[in-house]
Amino acid sequence: MVLAVARAATTTDAFNAVAEPRRRQILDLLAGGERPVNDLVGALGLAQPQVSKHLRVLREVGAVDVRDHGRQRLYRLNGHALKPIHDWVKTYEATWTERFEQLDVVLEDLKAKEQGDDRSGHQ
Amino acid sequence: MTAVGTSSGTATVTLPTDEQILITREFHAPKHLVYKAWTTPELVKRWWAGHRGQMTLAEIDLRVGGTWRYVMTATGGFEVAFHGEYREIIPNERIVTTEVFEGMPEEEALPESEAPLNLVTFTEVEGRTILALLVQTSSKELRDMILNSGMELGMQEQMDVLEQVAVSLR
Repeated sequence: MVLAVARAATTTDAFNAVAEPRRRQILDLLAGGERPVNDLVGALGLAQPQVSKHLRVLREVGAVDVRDHGRQRLYRLNGHALKPIHDWVKTYEATWTERFEQLDVVLEDLKAKEQGDDRSGHQ
Repeated sequence: MTAVGTSSGTATVTLPTDEQILITREFHAPKHLVYKAWTTPELVKRWWAGHRGQMTLAEIDLRVGGTWRYVMTATGGFEVAFHGEYREIIPNERIVTTEVFEGMPEEEALPESEAPLNLVTFTEVEGRTILALLVQTSSKELRDMILNSGMELGMQEQMDVLEQVAVSLR
């Protein structure tokens, strides 16, 4: 159970970092490949300090990695760090998917019953 | 009878804001039937537990100010219960209700005023229904806790499977 608690805490941190819309936008941009900061600034239409602040948060939770290339700092997505977040939502999603599959069965019964009622009504 | 194309794929979960969860799914049925399945106790009992257990109770007092309560016994034997109060009801269109998880330790339990709100809308398009369930919480912590609960239930199931395997090896 200690494991579960530790995992939840880590996931929550990363999750919160990714929950911010601008940061999600940055991740979307980086999904297309490695990019220098200036590129991100241009694409986001934000001031450089704001972009740097978001990038710092993303780096702290390991969602992005950075490397120096000449004078540029290049950022890229770290898919490994994002996987727990993906899994986290997927598990919740799976609960609803199961429920809805059962609901499909109920709806087929209701549809069949309604059609049956229509037919008997016309007799 | 041939297999009917009932499955409309998975539920889609998105997080529109820090305090929200949005679940959407399309159903191959008109909205009055989806609404009926959503609000009739003996029908809710057939789907709400998914494959994770059996529902032992579904009480629905479908009027504004009325309450509902669902209890399921999960496959592992533990009970999971939720209840809430209806805040808004537009038949076949929209339901707004609170949803309180009853398993919280008392000191961590939220006042009912801070209970998450479930806003369910039923939209019909050419005989199909798009169901949208928006969970509006009062804080990001609560939202994350709700997302986490799915994880814990999933983990519990894994533990149960693990236990069965372990027992079979004895």
